[in-house]
Amino acid sequence: MNDFLLIFRRDFTNKEAQPSPEELQNSITDWQNWFGGIAAQNKLARPLQRWDISGKVVKSDKNVINGPFVEIKESIGGLIVIKAESYEDAVEIAQGCPILEFGGNVEIRMATEPEG
Amino acid sequence: MAHIEVAEDIVSDTFLAATEIWSTKGLPDNPRAWLYTVAKNKTKNYLKRDALFQQKLSPEIQYDTADTEEFELDLSVKNIGDSQLAMIFTVCNPQISTESQVALALNLLCGFGIQEIADAYLTNKEVVYKRLNRAKEKLKELNISIGQPSLTEIHLRMDNVLTTLYLLFSEGYYSMAQNTTLRRDFCTEAMRLVYMLTDHDHTNLPKVNALLSLMCFHASRFDARSDQNGEAILYQDQDESLWNMELIDRGKYYLGLSATGGQLSKYHLEAGIAYWHTHKEDTPEKWDQILQLYNNLLILEYSPIVALNRTFALAKANGKRAAIAEAEKLKLTDNHFYYSLLGNLYTDIDNTVALQHYQQALTMAVSNAEKLTISRHIQQLGGVPGNEYGI
Repeated sequence: MNDFLLIFRRDFTNKEAQPSPEELQNSITDWQNWFGGIAAQNKLARPLQRWDISGKVVKSDKNVINGPFVEIKESIGGLIVIKAESYEDAVEIAQGCPILEFGGNVEIRMATEPEG
Repeated sequence: MAHIEVAEDIVSDTFLAATEIWSTKGLPDNPRAWLYTVAKNKTKNYLKRDALFQQKLSPEIQYDTADTEEFELDLSVKNIGDSQLAMIFTVCNPQISTESQVALALNLLCGFGIQEIADAYLTNKEVVYKRLNRAKEKLKELNISIGQPSLTEIHLRMDNVLTTLYLLFSEGYYSMAQNTTLRRDFCTEAMRLVYMLTDHDHTNLPKVNALLSLMCFHASRFDARSDQNGEAILYQDQDESLWNMELIDRGKYYLGLSATGGQLSKYHLEAGIAYWHTHKEDTPEKWDQILQLYNNLLILEYSPIVALNRTFALAKANGKRAAIAEAEKLKLTDNHFYYSLLGNLYTDIDNTVALQHYQQALTMAVSNAEKLTISRHIQQLGGVPGNEYGI
């Protein structure tokens, strides 16, 4: 088993891309069930953590701007660390992520040890 | 902790004296006061003798006998309560194994004899005797004194105390032992001790109330969950008129008291699940709520049995097909409950597969009660439950 970082991104700014309040309400149950399903397999590697949705970005000129990084279309909605056998296993879990329902995506990164 | 055996001897002596005297002279007006007075006198005598003994054996030790002459035991309700609280925190010491903590609590705090504890654990007296002695030796070794726990100690030790008391309760609730009276006594004692924690300001925490609420809800079904032969009656087959409404109301009361502060403990979540189980009628809301509580419980702390229960709730909330997909990811192949769950989920979806799972569960089940339950499912599916029952 390895640790895998799952980062959920979607477009939070474009008005047309936003789900309705009912859709959002229903998706809370989907998220809970998805987390519960991962936990039921004992594949949650870290306690769940909520993250502030806006945050700050430090730019290359060291200037700081408020809000999430939006120079690409999507910004981070959240992230979790899971335990999985392989990328395939992690992909299968990520395919159940409710963010996909709203046109979002999940980026997966396996934890690695320093080489040597 | 070094004097624990002496204290136990004095108590035994007192009860022995009571049996002898009461059987010839009849019951005193106030048996409780009588017992306290006799125990108090025996304690004073012991302390005097012990002081004398110490003086003669080691004259260099200056022992002030005046202390024991003036010695007055405080046997007020408050002091007894405080002492028991101190004792809980002494016994629930993470330096000794959890099962020893439970055995010590049963013995020292609840007054169960070694035979009774052995009966509940389905083991023999020697095993319990050794376990208790090892634990007592360890506590002596650590030189632990029995005193009022400080706020820091309460903070550090509380989770351990609650785990031990919850195990003590479960020992009574889930024990395979046939002796229902004894099992009920275990549950009652566990509840008494948790109640005592709610009765002291510093230990009256939201999670303590949540645990008490959970125990009340569970205990309310005590009469309904087994028949006269001690055979388990599954939740959906229980006669709800046997549920104890008074305990359900107490459970709701403590659940209300637990809903303060910022910490959501596993006891809150489990009490919530137990609360919804006091609603006999299956509604979509009931199972949605139970499913979410199980989700949160698993996110907080994984346990195989909670994972299985969560999947059962998922079937109730979102249907069997959704639950089968999730169940097969659990891969708890060394757990017979896993196969029982799969048997349940596949029933009416694919009865051949259901039967296979129940057969597998039957080969792995340990207790007769479990085997009987599984065999019944197999019979309902039209299968033969193997040779054991020869049907």
